[in-house]
Amino acid sequence: MSEMIREDGRKFNELRPIKIEAGVLERADGSAYLEVGGNKILVAVYGPRESYIRRLLEPNTGVIRCRYNMAPFSVDDRKRPGPDRRSSEISKITADALRPALMLENYPRSMVDVYIEVIEAEGGTRCAGITAASVALVDAGVPMKDIVVGCAAGKVNDEVVLDLSEVEDKEGQADVPIAIMPRTGEITLLQSDGDLTEEEFQKAIDLAMEGCMQVSELQKEALMKKYSTE
Amino acid sequence: MIYVEDKNLVIPGQILADEEYYPGRGTFKEDGKVCSSLIGLVSLRNKKIRVIPLKSKYVPKKGDVVIGKINDVRFSMWDVNINSPYSGILPAFEVFGRDKKELSKVYDVGDVLFLRVIDVDEVKKAKLGLKGRGLGKFKGGIIVDISPTKVPRLIGKKGSMINMIKNKTNCKIVVGQNGLVWVKGDEDMEQLTREIIHTIEAEAHTSGLTNKIKNKLCLAIDGELPVEETEEEFVLEKPKLQNFKEELEQEEREKAEAEAQDEEEVEAEVEEETEAEAEVQEEAGEDGEAEEAEAEEKEDAEDKPNFYDVIKELKKKSQSKKDKNISYSDNSNNNSFILNNR
Repeated sequence: MSEMIREDGRKFNELRPIKIEAGVLERADGSAYLEVGGNKILVAVYGPRESYIRRLLEPNTGVIRCRYNMAPFSVDDRKRPGPDRRSSEISKITADALRPALMLENYPRSMVDVYIEVIEAEGGTRCAGITAASVALVDAGVPMKDIVVGCAAGKVNDEVVLDLSEVEDKEGQADVPIAIMPRTGEITLLQSDGDLTEEEFQKAIDLAMEGCMQVSELQKEALMKKYSTE
Repeated sequence: MIYVEDKNLVIPGQILADEEYYPGRGTFKEDGKVCSSLIGLVSLRNKKIRVIPLKSKYVPKKGDVVIGKINDVRFSMWDVNINSPYSGILPAFEVFGRDKKELSKVYDVGDVLFLRVIDVDEVKKAKLGLKGRGLGKFKGGIIVDISPTKVPRLIGKKGSMINMIKNKTNCKIVVGQNGLVWVKGDEDMEQLTREIIHTIEAEAHTSGLTNKIKNKLCLAIDGELPVEETEEEFVLEKPKLQNFKEELEQEEREKAEAEAQDEEEVEAEVEEETEAEAEVQEEAGEDGEAEEAEAEEKEDAEDKPNFYDVIKELKKKSQSKKDKNISYSDNSNNNSFILNNR
């Protein structure tokens, strides 16, 4: 059963091909570019910088703000530009997923801005966004406890599988995106959409965790590659 | 048990050592393990582990000398952008003392100043001052932006790197601890210096950099490589105030020398002012104090409050009723006016 091949030829626990690059933008403090399957995501980080929004600033620590945005041409049918319900939600959960890893106590009253731009979308953009955003944050020199990484698992054709593609997400029965801090295994994001039994849910989380660990290695590799001298 | 070596590149969350080691800057301790919180290079000293960041933002510290740009002119202070998450304020009191003057006539929005951080309060707002040698407004030149963590590398051991660049390019260079560098000289040389500084920033963590830069400079200026010397290695160090002092002192000395040599050839506005000040001082000459004052003025070329006091004294003496609107932003005209009146 486990040897079943998926629609795109992957095994149940196989990730789509991933490419991560750190420090791609000249003018941003930190940036990252990431490709997972057909997803293409660019993340820019600015800060810590002076908080220009008074009501947001915290007297004893810095704050993080995220903006997730899909380009109008990123999906098959043109997406109406501008924020919508979905992207507001993803912006919020991304900020919440990254926040536990940040150590902004040394930057009180400051603000870190993360801009996630989806250039091409093919399922699993929120996890890809989180993965890329934490690479960009490291690149910006923001102090962090760990590099957060996101990955999804789901249920397709009554089978729990890793890293859903767009087709699998649409036709599948469930989608469980998670984000973790790989060193401690703490979960910073957990969403579940669809029907899963308790057993399947547990299995999905375990599978997604495994996937996160694999992606985490690629994140580290990308950062090392960018800054190590030959 | 330690998992890394000195000068290794580490990333956030990487476990560096077990509990017998102490966590220093850029690290934290969790579950008895010392972990890195930054992307940077490991620095091991005895049993203390630090991580020196590759990139960071400047956080104001008391006593630092920084380069700032006037952002806003307020009622009794200037708002200064010091390339940091925290803005600096320059109170009018620090410039005028007790006198009341119009602020925008002295320093206006966009002016670039060399300042000292006098105090940092609990919300990290930096109070700045202009009291000290070489502090004041820059005229002309360009500003080069580097990461504050690379500042010690740019200066080098006892200023070796920065002095080499200065000598080769004949540029005046002032480095602020907030990662801004002011360069003034020949236009071509300014551009070359900017390039060189960016190269240093990009390759700060490589060894034998001073020699590499030297070769590059010689190739660009003389068109040939210098005579081979033994290679020296430099380590990233914490910024030391000493370096700046030495640098400033040397710069002042150079300036004084230059002035002594060509008194007729007045090029830079700064120097023009200095001379004008000196002249005024001589005219004011009271019981041989002039010489002392002159020497002082030459060192403190940009110490404007002093100059203002001098003018005020003069004003009292000359008892001229016409020049009531004197202010030192347009001092050159007023100077001659006072002198003529006397």
